[in-house]
Amino acid sequence: MYSIIADCLEKSFEVKAVDCVSFKVKKGSIFALLGPNGAGKTTLTGILTTLIKPDSGYAEVAGFSIEEKLKVREKIGVVFQEPALDTKLTARENLEFHAMLYGMRKKERDEKILRALKLVGLEKWENVVVEKFSGGMKRKLEMARAFVHDPEVLFLDEPTLGLDVQTRRIMWEYIKALRDEGVTVFMTTHYIDEAENLCDEVAIMDRGKIIKVGKVEDLKSEIGEGAVYVEIDNPQKYTHEFEKLEGVKEVTIGEKFIQITGNVDKILPMIFRVLNGVKVRSIKVKNPDLEDVFLKLTGRRFE
Amino acid sequence: MISKVLPIYVLWLREMKRLVRSRSRFFSSLFMPLMFLVFLSSGFSGVKFQGIENYTEFLTPGIAAMAVIFSSTFAGLSVLWDREFGFLKEISVAPVSNTSIVLGRIAGSATTATLQAMAIILLSIPLGFSTDFKGIVFSTFFIVLMAITFTGMGIFFAAIIKDFHGFGMVMNFVIFPLFFLSGAIFPITKLPKFVQPLAYLNPMFYGVEGLRMVLTGRALICLTVSSIATLLFSIVTILLSAKVFDRI
Repeated sequence: MYSIIADCLEKSFEVKAVDCVSFKVKKGSIFALLGPNGAGKTTLTGILTTLIKPDSGYAEVAGFSIEEKLKVREKIGVVFQEPALDTKLTARENLEFHAMLYGMRKKERDEKILRALKLVGLEKWENVVVEKFSGGMKRKLEMARAFVHDPEVLFLDEPTLGLDVQTRRIMWEYIKALRDEGVTVFMTTHYIDEAENLCDEVAIMDRGKIIKVGKVEDLKSEIGEGAVYVEIDNPQKYTHEFEKLEGVKEVTIGEKFIQITGNVDKILPMIFRVLNGVKVRSIKVKNPDLEDVFLKLTGRRFE
Repeated sequence: MISKVLPIYVLWLREMKRLVRSRSRFFSSLFMPLMFLVFLSSGFSGVKFQGIENYTEFLTPGIAAMAVIFSSTFAGLSVLWDREFGFLKEISVAPVSNTSIVLGRIAGSATTATLQAMAIILLSIPLGFSTDFKGIVFSTFFIVLMAITFTGMGIFFAAIIKDFHGFGMVMNFVIFPLFFLSGAIFPITKLPKFVQPLAYLNPMFYGVEGLRMVLTGRALICLTVSSIATLLFSIVTILLSAKVFDRI
């Protein structure tokens, strides 16, 4: 069951911002678009949230074609990159108006607003005018507002941009909590660690194209290369043996160390076998991260 | 599907909350029209316009109309502020049609403008303006329709200019010319002959004439014409502003 299906979506402004993008997002999962600034993530989010009309292609959100704007809008919640609160109103009024726009009745509103404020820990601030909120509080309130009406799909555009480390972790917890309630979360990020720690699936986006989609672990083990760094005497003695191992890409030696590059999960046990009985001073393993994956796929460093 | 009426009410309610919360802005916006009223009516009190016996009586409906058009054009243009501070996006992803959004905003600013115009009319009474209760009640017809027209016009220009810099241009090149061509502070019959026909294309002209008729019983054109023209202008601008709203 998929909450979002995109089929060759395209949108050009001066340049091709979104270039034949296709992917599917499973219901109840967290899906991240990872890419540097200017990759087209916000434009793609705009298309899926019915704010931007694509030049061509087809997409379905929560079972409705994005052409059926009002039907899609009823099913989604959105947190934009820039704040979108009415700062002259109180926290509760912001949520109240939102809930009313989604046609919720008084009793249901009160219940859901309280639940949302509690989840983000703002229930004590409900009657404070939003002008007085800090950046982090505003972001939390926007999160609360986005799910007041029980959306099926939640869109978060860079939800932790500019937040301090502690608030970021808290936001991650909210997002996970919502996923566990069955909400599908579609988010964009340019933070590697956010994509790695939070998401079930990641799509790597660059220059308008999605270049790879998959589970974080799969992406890493499929393309990401790690390295094992062993400190030993006479490393040159072992070079040949390591090079013979299946899955080893490269062996580099120094005076007192040897570095073996390759798929760490596969080569590590074999390295231990080779080193059986050898006096090893230290072993360091560097696991691949999504940054390596991005580098490998695009030939460029992230940002 | 959510009804079309509810969002209009919600957006109207939002405007009202904001109005109550920034009362000082409401009162300070009365200041300019009141200055016009006080200084013009005392400064020109000795001047005799042909066919006008009492200048304060002539001027007050014009100044009430002025308060309406400035306040409601400003309200329409303020969708630019909403866009800048993001609130517009929040409404744009809600399951609400453009027409409802536009009507909600128009309802909000028409209420504000009506309150302002009423305040001007009531404050002008101690300054020597005389009208009756019936006149004040009927004046709301013209005030509300003018507010609708000019809020719609503000939204229309917001869609065209797209940023704050154009704001002054709209005021200078649209609102002030319409104001001077409306007969609000002097009769348009005093304008050069070739300019006068322009007044008949000006929505504010019919609003001013209508207001003058219901409040003082004297005007250049008859009530039927000014009522119908004002009504038509308001309908056209509602349709127009709903159509261009996408582009903001």
